Amino acid sequence: MLNLKQYNKEAIWKFLSEVPDPEIPVISVVELGVVRKVKVLTEKVIITITPTYTGCPAMKAFEDDIISKLNDKGIENVEIKTVYSPAWTTDWMSDEAREKLRKYGIAPPIKGTEDKGVLFGSDSKIVSCPRCKSKNTTLKSQFGSTACKALYQCKECLEPFDYFKCI
Amino acid sequence: MTTNEALINYCLRLGDSSLILGQRMSEWCSNGPILEEDIAMSNIALDLFGQARIMLTYAGKIEKKGRTENDLSFKRLEREFLNNLLSERPNGHFGDTVARNFFLSAFSFHLYSALKASADEQISAFAIKSLKEVTYHLRHSAEWIIRLGDGTEESHTKIQDSIENLWEYTEDLFAMNEVDKILIKEKIAIDLNTIKPLWNKTINEILTKATLNQPENSFMQSGSLDGMHSEVLGHLLTEMQFLPRAYPTAKW
Repeated sequence: MLNLKQYNKEAIWKFLSEVPDPEIPVISVVELGVVRKVKVLTEKVIITITPTYTGCPAMKAFEDDIISKLNDKGIENVEIKTVYSPAWTTDWMSDEAREKLRKYGIAPPIKGTEDKGVLFGSDSKIVSCPRCKSKNTTLKSQFGSTACKALYQCKECLEPFDYFKCI
Repeated sequence: MTTNEALINYCLRLGDSSLILGQRMSEWCSNGPILEEDIAMSNIALDLFGQARIMLTYAGKIEKKGRTENDLSFKRLEREFLNNLLSERPNGHFGDTVARNFFLSAFSFHLYSALKASADEQISAFAIKSLKEVTYHLRHSAEWIIRLGDGTEESHTKIQDSIENLWEYTEDLFAMNEVDKILIKEKIAIDLNTIKPLWNKTINEILTKATLNQPENSFMQSGSLDGMHSEVLGHLLTEMQFLPRAYPTAKW
């Protein structure tokens, strides 16, 4: 039987960085911060992941895509472990990933602007339009096309856009 | 009752309440009054299902009888469900849903804030994670309470009626029994009397802002801790459990 110890962790992380987010294909599962740990044992590789939101429907796709990517690379025995602590936060997203989001048309999360208050007005933030960069934008709904996004509209170019919520 | 039995019971309470409210919210999918709300309510349903999965999986694991989250969701009867009575209330009109969710999300908000410090690692992780989501749910329902209460005469009357009608189910949220006693001692659960004033404050603040009246306690419903539900839970389960019961070997 193949000894998986021949793969070092760095190589596995590199393979994982080739797995795109199923719903936002411009960033990888690694850039999103969903992959938390890689463990290489003699007989198997254990990948620890954490959900962005508890009910994120992409989690199953994350698992399947990670397994199939590693299978393609010759690693047959892959185990996926899901953990909830520490809770996923948008702070784990790199600046590079944020820029990729913006180019894709999704306003990236603004660091340190977690919505904590009970009412809208209690913590206002300025979200720039990812298309025309105008700061004259307005929140349409706290809930957008996926669990992790809110719906905004730009008052300058009038385009609606997704904002990646800061949690 | 052993600590483990109490813990299983407690996890089922948390998991079932999220599951049943999630099922109610999913009933809005494609029926929302406007597209944004349809999406919002479906998103809330998803969050609640995610939260339920954590607690039901954990309950099955510590029970050590091999029951999965699916077994617990789809193969139990009404009397075995420990969700709070409010979570099973029918959606009614949009205002009824908003009022129910407002009471519940304010409760979860304060409960999870306190459970972050639970001595049980899984419950603490669940609370920290879920709190982030419930904060949005509370904000969503609170905003609508204000908008409807401080809106037109018709919206004001309707949302005030919804609040009056649902009020009798709010006391059940704070019910405690032997399970709580055991787990409070272990610092796993919290004394719900400690969050009741916080919940009342949140409710009062928002209702005042919405120009609505907070009802007085009169006859208050109880029974969820003993699995005593109203008939609406049976109807909900009939729909939710239909597929796995009719086709037990069905797989995703």
